[in-house]
Amino acid sequence: MIRFLSQRLVSSIVSIIGATLIIFLLVQLHNDPRELYVPDSGYGLTQEQWEMLGEKMGFNDPLPVQYWNWISGAFMGDFGVSLAQQVPVREIIQRRMWATIELAIGGWTFAILLGIPTGVLAAVKRGTFWDYIGRGVAIVGQGAPPFVIGLLLIVIFAVWLQDTPFELPAAGRPPKFSIKTYILPCIALGWPAAAGLMRLTRSAMLEVLDSEFVKLARAKGVGWNTVIYKHALKNALITPLTSALLLFSGWLNGALVIEIIFGWPGIGYDALFTAVNDNDFPLLQGTVFFFVVIFVIFALLADLLYTVIDPRVRLTGGEK
Amino acid sequence: MTTKTEKKINTKNIVPNELGCTTPTKDSILQVRNLRKHYEVNKALSFFGKDIIGKTDLLKAVDNVSFDVPKGKTFGLVGESGCGKTTTGKLILQLENPTAGEIYFQGEDVALMSKVALVEYRKSVQAVFQDPWASLNPRMRVRDIVGEPLQIATTMTKEQITKRVGDLLEEVGLNEYQSNFYPHEFSGGQRQRIGIARALALNPKLIILDEPVSALDVSIRAQIMNLLVDLQNEHDLAYVLIAHNLATVRYMCHRTAVMYLGVIQEMGDTETVFNNPQHIYTNALMSAALPSHPDIDRDELVLPGEVVSPINPPSGDVFQTRTPLKVDTKHKYANNRPPLVQVGKKDHWVVETPWSIATKEMKVNLAGI
Amino acid sequence: MTTKSKKSATKKTVKRSSKTSKAADFGRRTVQDEVVLSVKNLKTQFNTKWGTVKAVDGISFDLKKGETLGIVGESGSGKSVTSLSLMRLVPSPPGEIVSGEVNLNGRDLLKLSEKKMTEVRGGEISLILQDPMTALNPCFSIENQVGEGIRIHQGIKGKNLFEKVVDALKSVRIPAADQRAKDYPHQLSGGMRQRVVGAIGISSNPSVIIADEPTTSLDVTIQGAYLRLLKQIQEETGVGIIFITHDFGIVAKMCDRVAVMYAGRIVESADVRTIFNNPIHEYTKALIESVPKLEQKTGRLTQIEGQPPALWDLPEGDSFAPRSTLKFSEKDAKIRPELVEVSKDHFVQLSKSSVKDFKKYAHLVDY
Repeated sequence: MIRFLSQRLVSSIVSIIGATLIIFLLVQLHNDPRELYVPDSGYGLTQEQWEMLGEKMGFNDPLPVQYWNWISGAFMGDFGVSLAQQVPVREIIQRRMWATIELAIGGWTFAILLGIPTGVLAAVKRGTFWDYIGRGVAIVGQGAPPFVIGLLLIVIFAVWLQDTPFELPAAGRPPKFSIKTYILPCIALGWPAAAGLMRLTRSAMLEVLDSEFVKLARAKGVGWNTVIYKHALKNALITPLTSALLLFSGWLNGALVIEIIFGWPGIGYDALFTAVNDNDFPLLQGTVFFFVVIFVIFALLADLLYTVIDPRVRLTGGEK
Repeated sequence: MTTKTEKKINTKNIVPNELGCTTPTKDSILQVRNLRKHYEVNKALSFFGKDIIGKTDLLKAVDNVSFDVPKGKTFGLVGESGCGKTTTGKLILQLENPTAGEIYFQGEDVALMSKVALVEYRKSVQAVFQDPWASLNPRMRVRDIVGEPLQIATTMTKEQITKRVGDLLEEVGLNEYQSNFYPHEFSGGQRQRIGIARALALNPKLIILDEPVSALDVSIRAQIMNLLVDLQNEHDLAYVLIAHNLATVRYMCHRTAVMYLGVIQEMGDTETVFNNPQHIYTNALMSAALPSHPDIDRDELVLPGEVVSPINPPSGDVFQTRTPLKVDTKHKYANNRPPLVQVGKKDHWVVETPWSIATKEMKVNLAGI
Repeated sequence: MTTKSKKSATKKTVKRSSKTSKAADFGRRTVQDEVVLSVKNLKTQFNTKWGTVKAVDGISFDLKKGETLGIVGESGSGKSVTSLSLMRLVPSPPGEIVSGEVNLNGRDLLKLSEKKMTEVRGGEISLILQDPMTALNPCFSIENQVGEGIRIHQGIKGKNLFEKVVDALKSVRIPAADQRAKDYPHQLSGGMRQRVVGAIGISSNPSVIIADEPTTSLDVTIQGAYLRLLKQIQEETGVGIIFITHDFGIVAKMCDRVAVMYAGRIVESADVRTIFNNPIHEYTKALIESVPKLEQKTGRLTQIEGQPPALWDLPEGDSFAPRSTLKFSEKDAKIRPELVEVSKDHFVQLSKSSVKDFKKYAHLVDY
């Protein structure tokens, strides 16, 4: 176990460095961020001011040094100062983080509650009415892009049907925790994911229901229902659950489109989107760092969860 | 693989003598010497070669195996799962690289062969695998499956290939028009025939048969075995038959080797070995084999323990952990590998240690009378 | 593990199978007179898009207490579907048991409600599956899986349950049973797993065990030990065993009676010696002669030409006719042959195309 964790630690660090390095290099290829400071008055900055700005922002150092300065600070928790907002990046992320987390949890709950039972039903009652309902839900979720679903929901519930209890969050401020503001974005976020989960669950269940140990369980005299819920489900859930975990980590990184549509003040909208728009690369780099760390943590959690559900999987090198 | 500049010429290559290998080079198609294949499992976290956390285990799948395969004859490798017979087959087919040891093809060391010679080697050594369902690409038609080796390794034209494929199919008992079909349209036995046709395409001199009939129905097995024997007689083919069923081995093989944990325990002319098995393990295998008539009664020789895995085997004789006889831990063969010893004057070799030779009570009585 | 086995090895010079009884009475003394399972004219078919597949087309046999019956056949013969039909585990949308009786300990299983049948399954009749790698659920411990059957059929819970589980594991000679019970299936070897499957099968003291090719994936020495174990259990409990196999070696070693199936029907059934010494149906003869013998160098093997038939496209009448080497007319082959008792307890499906000495028995049928 220790061996496994240390190997993972090494590879995680490599991932983080790799991802941030790529973003760093890409940003360098783009506009010069000093342009952010150019006033609109049309006269621009003098050459001196330009260079002073460059000095201040550390551009005169060679690239590797710039990167090293940043990454060593990053591992200590200091991500620099946002260019556009002149506020430490760390603060920005912290402020927006919770909104995103709440959205992700909500969407995830919806996805699981919708996706997995539908998948189980569709598999157990293969070929019948329930199967078609399940597959229909999946098609809508997978076929319609999230922004379409999001927009449609807004149009239906907030524009046409005027007196629904749904509300959109006020811009800028973190949303108050009330069901009303949560439902629509969570559905929009969760539906496509539910579709994916439903399909995964369905095919995993179908495969498990055909397996030998299910046959043996029935031969033992176990009733059909127990077979489904005890024997089959535990095996079938392995894939959907680990996939769901990775989904969650993806959302933590900011379900960008949903946040924009619903004006949700989370990381996707207020940090990443803004950073790209403003060419605000400390914010950009800091956000990327955050994303990669989240992803790495969740990938590890998914692997660990795998071993809990399926005792065959051992982390230390596996069977011969 | 570097092509060493000193390309050894056939006749100058001297294949080293080895105990148990009795066929002279001019009569052998393949000679294996001191072949080893070790795998590292449960790798430790290591930096620059030193294990830091944990310890790497060594799986010795094949551990010092030597034998000769005479031209046009069948050599059998028998053993239970984990004994290394399949890995040996893979090493011969160059599907894996040996950790140590040499393979001599018609007297020439395969590791030292030039690229051209290697191509010849690959053409001459083909394989038929166990699972007739998994060994054929379900997306390819039969004519492509059987024709592929011809496309890759020869300069035949499309018409020539089509004709040859048709001939091959007829030879294995199928029909030419079936070359248009997909594998799933055939039964298991027929698919195995397709596999054999594919193996024959390049006119090989040696075919590795990895359990060619175990996945087939009983009534089809005889068909395939007879086909293989007929093809051997007609084309002077040599076979290496890997199997766990002793009756099949006795039927098809001229020489046999019994393997345990990657080491050959007993080897020799099939009839000689089967009529007078010396090693306890051979006797145990034979006594456990199923009878062919209800009146046949064999006293089963039961070995203690289960088949152990070839991970970190003992440095001495591998059989010492499974023998029912007493093992003297100070004996030289408890710590060093014992050599093969000839039994009488015949082509019969066995690993002889105080605890590996069957006593009179242990000797299996095949006919059970 | 190694030190343990070495200890036992040093105590004795030779370890021999303790029950090396002659094959002649190997199991003979366990056969009793009471019939425990009686199958009459069982028919199971599958409704597929290619047509109706008659997987089992009217088979009948009896199984006595303590007897081992071998049902021999190749793939497509219907032998596995037979075992599923006896347990009523035939997958029900495409398949259904159309007619027949399966009388176990006096009552017809086909007439029971599903709820009652669930009680019978694993209780009075149990099934041992072929592949130990896939037969056990990888996510549950051995204790859980063996205990489940015991809990369902004997209603035992808690600490008593654990003891019963350990007893069941001990009865299949699994060493260190109380520790093994806590393990998961992937931690056990193939032979051990098959024993666990066996333990599940015998834990509720069934009257009949159906063993569906239980040793196909096992090594030779493990197979030998397993078969001996089954025989011992039969001697101790008098359970009737139905062995489904394609291997005549298993038949020779284990079975008292044999029924040979082809294309969903029984073509010959007799006690094991008669089948080997005096087979009458061409298929039986060819099967026995096509297996190489370990005891001596075999001459060229007899091979049966052709393939086992596709069950949705059976020839009319005698389904073996296309592969038979006898001379017969088309007309004769189209007659649906009957299973007839030609001598005591020796049944043969008599047809001119598949029985050489048909004339000898012609008086028993009216075609």
